[in-house]
Amino acid sequence: MSSTVERVILAGFSGHGIFFMGNTLAEAGMRAGKNVSLVPSYSSKPKGGLINCALLISEKEIASPMITVPDTVIAMNRTSVNKFNQKIKGGGMLMYNSSLIDRQEFRDDIRLVEIPSTEIAAELGEPKTANMVMAGAYAKFSKLVTVEEIENSIRFLLKDENKDVIELNIESVKKGYDYVEEKKYMFGRYVHSVFRV
Amino acid sequence: MPKRLMKGCEALAQAAILAGCRYYFGSPVAQQTELSAYLSKHLPLVGGTYVQAADEISAINMVYGAAAAGAKVMTSGSSTGMSLKQEGISGIAASELPCVIVNTMCGGSVAGASCPAQADYWQATRGGTHGDYRNIVFAPCSVQEMTDMTIAGFNYADRFRTPVLILADSIVSQMMEPVELPKLPLDYDIDSKKWALGLPGTNKHNKNVCASTFTVQDELEEHNWHLYQKYQVIAKHFTEEDKDLAIEEYMCDDAEIVLVGYGIIARLLKTVVEKCRKRGVKAGLARPKVLWPFPTQAFKKLAQNTEKFMVIEMSCGQLVEDVKMAVNGAKPVYFFGRTGGAVPSDFEIFNEVSKLVCLD
Repeated sequence: MSSTVERVILAGFSGHGIFFMGNTLAEAGMRAGKNVSLVPSYSSKPKGGLINCALLISEKEIASPMITVPDTVIAMNRTSVNKFNQKIKGGGMLMYNSSLIDRQEFRDDIRLVEIPSTEIAAELGEPKTANMVMAGAYAKFSKLVTVEEIENSIRFLLKDENKDVIELNIESVKKGYDYVEEKKYMFGRYVHSVFRV
Repeated sequence: MPKRLMKGCEALAQAAILAGCRYYFGSPVAQQTELSAYLSKHLPLVGGTYVQAADEISAINMVYGAAAAGAKVMTSGSSTGMSLKQEGISGIAASELPCVIVNTMCGGSVAGASCPAQADYWQATRGGTHGDYRNIVFAPCSVQEMTDMTIAGFNYADRFRTPVLILADSIVSQMMEPVELPKLPLDYDIDSKKWALGLPGTNKHNKNVCASTFTVQDELEEHNWHLYQKYQVIAKHFTEEDKDLAIEEYMCDDAEIVLVGYGIIARLLKTVVEKCRKRGVKAGLARPKVLWPFPTQAFKKLAQNTEKFMVIEMSCGQLVEDVKMAVNGAKPVYFFGRTGGAVPSDFEIFNEVSKLVCLD
């Protein structure tokens, strides 16, 4: 986190659970005692349109909830990478779903993190929870929210759902978190670009 | 009380219920679908009634009827719907009935587009349609304010017997923020509305008249002057008693340039002011929270200490005219706007401010 404010853009197709991912992280951030704001942006297409959320997690009071230059972009599909890649702050992070996005020539001044989230989620039995895998991975990187806070948020947000759905989502978050830990991303092994500040 | 993470329009809906609103007539529209959805689910739980009206004209006339009966009532729309409701609003204002109307502005004219804009400023603050009337207009910039202003709106509507407009935009309406909902005593008492047509708990009615039509010229003129005097009282109230509610000033004490904006734009401007201050430019922010009655006195006072004003809007320039009228030529007033659903970035606004500051 470069400053007291973390600006995150979450992006993907509608159906990827982008808004739920944002909602969960924002709820977790609020439970962690931080100021949060979440601005969704929809496409007019009912299915398959691009959707993104601007999530701010801040120690200070949030002035503008809009994001021009994100610190982190979490991209679930190729179109989102194309749209937001150039906007990421130098030294920022692009976390992408490598199950759906091929490795390619990205910018060399940002940290790249690939998470095969759809595959990980499919292993757990439901590819739809790829968003929660990403949320777990992001929690490991950002250190702004803990897995426990995300877990509590999911239990709160999905309180009307049945138990299996809740447990599956929580399991996916943990799996995402563990994946980052196992791969030792923090030590740069999978960070295939120079990380400049 | 613990905070809850809520969408702007859901928080507004919950605030309406807390303020005693038991009737909602309207239809779901892109920027505030969640408002209708929330009320359709929660109003019946507190003994209220949600009606999805066939169209906007029937919705506003249902509001007219419910307000005349003495109920706390609300409707909502997005720009186009508001235009269709105008005739009804004119009638409600002229009949001196309280209600709250929510407008989540969208870009463009006629059918519009479901993107943020502030193009309805004139419509909101000039009454909206024919007839010599005004509405109290609140402009929230955060989810917390959506809550607070809705509750205040219901109170002012009852106090002054006039429609209150919540002028939000689609960002404030759709964004999620932690919000603290007040615990209000629900001591709403229909008996206090002596003028109302309905009698509480019965299907009987009072022998009152709530009318907006006066066929005799003298009576009509007298009624119009009566309304005018009421608007003067409201204006005086926001200038003298509830000054803090009318305007928010941020770093204006030593500001050389005061940025002016309302709603979501004001949040962007706060970031711009901080950027300017970091670079040694003495900028401040003045955010009118009540758009009618416009905080004219506050702007007159600001004009004494600052050098110039810059108004930033998501329109081709509407609020700027009120600022110019308030400043009355004492200091130059500049304008920057984006329209058609485009939201200016903080960098863009900062560049425009830099250009102005470099002019000297």
